[in-house]
Amino acid sequence: MNADSPAEKEYNTLNLGPTHPATHGIFQNVLKMDGEVIVSSEPTIGYIHRAFEKLAERRPFYQVTPITDRLNYCSSPINNMGWHMTVEKLIGAKLPKRVEYLRVIVMELARISDHIVCNAVIGVDSGALTGFVYMFQEREKIYEIYEEICGARLTTNIGRIGGFERDFTAQAWGKLEKFLAEFPRVLKEFENLLNRNRIFMDRTIGTGPITAENALNYSFTGPNLRAAGVDYDVRVMTPYSSYEDFDFVIPVGTSGDTFDRYMVRQEEMWQSISIIKQAIEKLGKLDDQTSFHADVPEFYLPPKEDVYNTMEGLIWHFKIVMGETDVPKGEVYHCVEGGNGELGFYLVSDGGRTPYRLAFRRPCFIYYQAYAEMIKGSMLSDAILTMSSMNVIAGELDA
Amino acid sequence: MVQLNAQEVADRLQAKFGNKIRHVEEPHGFLTITVAREAVKDIIQWLYDEPTLEFRFLTNCNGMHFPDGTEKFGMVYHLHSLTNNFRLRLKTFTNEDPPVFPSLTPIFKAANWMERETYDFFGFKFTGHPDLRRILNMDNLEGWPLRKEFPLEDPFRKDKDDAMFGR
Amino acid sequence: MVEISKAPDGFEGPGFLATRLDKAVGLARANSLWPLPFATSCCGIEFMATMGAHYDFARFGSERLSFSPRQADLLMVMGTIAKKMGPVLRQVYEQMAEPRWVLSVGACASSGGIFDTYSVLQGIDRIIPVDVYVPGCPPRPEQILDGVMKIQELVENESLRRRDSEEYKALMASYGMQ
Repeated sequence: MNADSPAEKEYNTLNLGPTHPATHGIFQNVLKMDGEVIVSSEPTIGYIHRAFEKLAERRPFYQVTPITDRLNYCSSPINNMGWHMTVEKLIGAKLPKRVEYLRVIVMELARISDHIVCNAVIGVDSGALTGFVYMFQEREKIYEIYEEICGARLTTNIGRIGGFERDFTAQAWGKLEKFLAEFPRVLKEFENLLNRNRIFMDRTIGTGPITAENALNYSFTGPNLRAAGVDYDVRVMTPYSSYEDFDFVIPVGTSGDTFDRYMVRQEEMWQSISIIKQAIEKLGKLDDQTSFHADVPEFYLPPKEDVYNTMEGLIWHFKIVMGETDVPKGEVYHCVEGGNGELGFYLVSDGGRTPYRLAFRRPCFIYYQAYAEMIKGSMLSDAILTMSSMNVIAGELDA
Repeated sequence: MVQLNAQEVADRLQAKFGNKIRHVEEPHGFLTITVAREAVKDIIQWLYDEPTLEFRFLTNCNGMHFPDGTEKFGMVYHLHSLTNNFRLRLKTFTNEDPPVFPSLTPIFKAANWMERETYDFFGFKFTGHPDLRRILNMDNLEGWPLRKEFPLEDPFRKDKDDAMFGR
Repeated sequence: MVEISKAPDGFEGPGFLATRLDKAVGLARANSLWPLPFATSCCGIEFMATMGAHYDFARFGSERLSFSPRQADLLMVMGTIAKKMGPVLRQVYEQMAEPRWVLSVGACASSGGIFDTYSVLQGIDRIIPVDVYVPGCPPRPEQILDGVMKIQELVENESLRRRDSEEYKALMASYGMQ
């Protein structure tokens, strides 16, 4: 037998560049490939770094809300409400149950909307474009519900510190009921296209797996961690906004591969539908049927009739938006279960108009570190699927 | 699952590390402990290994800059014990410039990018970090953006009319 | 009778229409724009909604999105362009073949948007020439379609010699491109 060592392998360098149809968002991976197999990869991020944390130090609390919109822009309401809850924790505000249930409805709609994007795009990346077109139609319905509540589609800037700017109108309830009646059928249709599809299963099972201990060491949270087998959900561990009153299941996977991540998100959408229905039922049983905000005049913008017709309303509005009201000193950390996991806000206030330091705990940034390890040894197309199943949103990655 | 309470955790830390624990407080019900910089890695390692504590999840770590404070640069670590469902905040400060902190990468792989981000924003050095370089900003950026003296806006713009912006 | 597009003026006869060359070329180009969606952030999600069934971008002839610059006519820059991304955007623009048009979608691409910071490019027209700006944060799909229709107007009425004219060459030179 010839005992010569094999010739030195020459690896191909492939730039999965910042602009690429399959990278959803702009981040770069320089891959070293041995034919079709990836030997190593070098990620570069920061192509959309917009300096949120520095911006937040310059803006009073209400002006920070539009920035939080643009973190995970597929589910903006969750970010907005997480931020408002952080400030409410700082000022010690207590919200009426009705407001908390209304918030739950909006947050679960946002979660459905985020998972629609992720799952539809996993379909597109494996070649199945039909599911995308069907599911995006449902997102339009969610956008219409947002528009009834706050006026905007995508970057919602929804709510106030203490609740909502206005009560849900009859049209909003009507659209919500219609959505709850029609969405399950479309979701089932989408499932029929992909869940037991031979090709989809072959593409996704075993692709980009991660073990539970590795995922915990990388501080994974959200559906990616749950797909690996750990049932950590902020809504259950550290309940906020009355989530402890709701009865829902946390879907958990086994091997942390792409198929598990896809299935966990599918099941979470079903659970979200159930939570919204429970919330509507609970709202019907409350004694209080009218309040939509807490009583925090120093932080809650006055209603527009007062702003336009009374002097006090106008002055309060101006003071609050420009941050001229008294803010307590302190530091607070609040986290919510975003579409991608634990979205945390660490707010340090020194009593001034603007936060002294606001650090965002962004789940995408933290779990994307593991990507290089997850795709080592897999083929290029599988690496693409792994990336889309991790649901990396560039806004949250770079902030 | 062991029911931990803040007093117990603080007591055990004080018992083990004595004068390395500088300050204990509970703002808004969240146990916050300020520790000495040279002991922070040992403390976190002990919290990781100790059987009934098990702080095995690093939620976040970020930097702080207090130009007017007695100790100017700080690191804040948020830890979470998933088995006991207990959260802890550790803070540590220094006055050196550039500030040097021990890297947590041997304990938590997640600390890799978190510390790179802190380096990018503040210029903190982390001893033992495998690859400390800028992550979000451009490589040729001079200065440390999140320090208080760094301006927010681009200083090289010529098209903004200062009179219109009230400057 | 469905009118797909307005026919240019010309001399009509049984089975033929005689018109000017640039009108025919303009008609063909305007109704078959292949966009390069340079989607970076939130405006990109609104673009995905525009591509969806409700707003249907495909009926403007843009059924086929091209991610390769050589095969694209219209560069749609959607989302914030950070200074780190600037050279990449410029390279993509330079690689596009003539004739090419640029649509800047959203406040961030047009002028930096709400991000007046050290790391964000305050408008892509600092590095590449832009034809149509669509304001909004993010613009509604109807606004994006309106922007595309304005591009179609520009395309239809463009002179065939524009890309060789002195004015165009001066514009490219002002950006430092050939």
